[in-house]
Amino acid sequence: MNEQFEPVIVGFLCNWCSYRAADLAGTARIHYAPNMRAIRVMCSGRVDPQFVLKALIEGADGVMIAGCHPGECHYVDGNIKTLRRFILLKRLLSQFGIEEERVQLVWASASEGNILAEAVDRMTEQVRSLGPLRWRETVLSANGDGPPISFETAPQSEEVENV
Amino acid sequence: MSENEKPKFAMYWAASCGGCEIAVLNIGEKILDVDAVFDIVFWPVATDFKYKDVHDFPDGYIDLCLFNGAIRNSENEEMAHLLRQKSKVMVAFGSCAYEGCIPALSNLTTKEATLNTVFLDNLTLDNPEGVLPQETFQVEEGDLTIPSFYHTVKSLDQVVPVDYYVPGCPPEPHQIWAVLEVVVNALVHGADLPPSGAIVGAGNVAVCEECPLEKNVKKIKQFYRPYDIVPEPNLCLLEQGLICMGPATRNGCGALCPQVGMGCRGCYGPLDGVEDQGAKMLSAIASVVDVGAAGEEEAELNRKIEAAMNTLADPAGTFYRFSMAHSLLKRVRTTNGSSQKASKGNSGNDR
Repeated sequence: MNEQFEPVIVGFLCNWCSYRAADLAGTARIHYAPNMRAIRVMCSGRVDPQFVLKALIEGADGVMIAGCHPGECHYVDGNIKTLRRFILLKRLLSQFGIEEERVQLVWASASEGNILAEAVDRMTEQVRSLGPLRWRETVLSANGDGPPISFETAPQSEEVENV
Repeated sequence: MSENEKPKFAMYWAASCGGCEIAVLNIGEKILDVDAVFDIVFWPVATDFKYKDVHDFPDGYIDLCLFNGAIRNSENEEMAHLLRQKSKVMVAFGSCAYEGCIPALSNLTTKEATLNTVFLDNLTLDNPEGVLPQETFQVEEGDLTIPSFYHTVKSLDQVVPVDYYVPGCPPEPHQIWAVLEVVVNALVHGADLPPSGAIVGAGNVAVCEECPLEKNVKKIKQFYRPYDIVPEPNLCLLEQGLICMGPATRNGCGALCPQVGMGCRGCYGPLDGVEDQGAKMLSAIASVVDVGAAGEEEAELNRKIEAAMNTLADPAGTFYRFSMAHSLLKRVRTTNGSSQKASKGNSGNDR
């Protein structure tokens, strides 16, 4: 009986929309996955790609960046910069062999607690079925000469469905 | 013997191209001063000493060891440990030893894929029997062995403690001389050495600061490879859509490449306080790409930005050309030994 794998998702939420959406989800008592660890940033445009990479090597299985909808940024076009950066970052991460679902960009305004909660639920399930990332242990272990990641480290898909 | 009173100098190459050795010789006639001040005790490219001689030195015998080259195989690592033990001051000399450089680009693929390209699947090869190097080989006299080839290329400081870093591919001669002067002053005249772990022989600002090209507000619609266009002289290359790593790279080289129409490749490494040069460059690029505006429909916005970003070939190879081993992720993830093939346009041959 394996315990269900609980992914760790680091969430960078913008102060003006998405963090308030998370607040709203809380006060509205919406039930959603507890896997996202929220970090408040003033703008999604503040999220340096280094933050994302750092989270991934320090043990996160996924990273969510959440901000205001395009056109609604408190700083006019901070989230447009986020979007440009995110699109390029996705290409970079795919070169590094990191699945697309592990790093996601979500738009959620202050009134959209349900949208944020749904996004967290969806992402949690997606990352759960991908399995743990464990970058240091698997990719960088044993002089980088360690065994390739075996499929055993990832939970079998049926296991996920059964739980 | 006065000869033996002189400080001892060693230089070693691990996984490198030999350019760093040439760069040291490029300090010109000052090389005679180096010889006058130092007693050269180990320098495979210039002098005939053997590994055994180094083994026989007492610990800390070498005063200054310039170690260039990345750690690619077990021989490189063994020599790094040996020279660290025998040296008072260990310098990671040049981009390979400092942050992996070109050899570390093979961290974008697997050991098997690298060997395959070098020995099996290459137009210029003549290897009909598909012979690959073996770590051990039996002959009548016994077993022959060669060093083992690592999966991941590492920087020097990932295997032994390093006192100083000299960035550059290769370091510029005037910077090398400046570093040697500091060391000589410390060893001979008792001056203070820089704090341990310092990056020496380089500046503290971005390459753009010392680049004389005209710079305006950058608005890029699409990127070009160096062979696509003839750049306008005297105008910032990044503004013209040519990737220039200047904004994310430490100065000290004199901005030589942009001045002759070739964008900065980033060989002097990241600036102080930056852990990941590639991520910083990605950030800078995203700020200057000027497609898609806030008012547009979301799908259209995504499509426009994606189209512009897709004109940038091989982001990982471009942004981490010199700093892969020192980056946050350090290498690509592969599943079950098979190479995770890089996405679009992974040629990166515009170096």
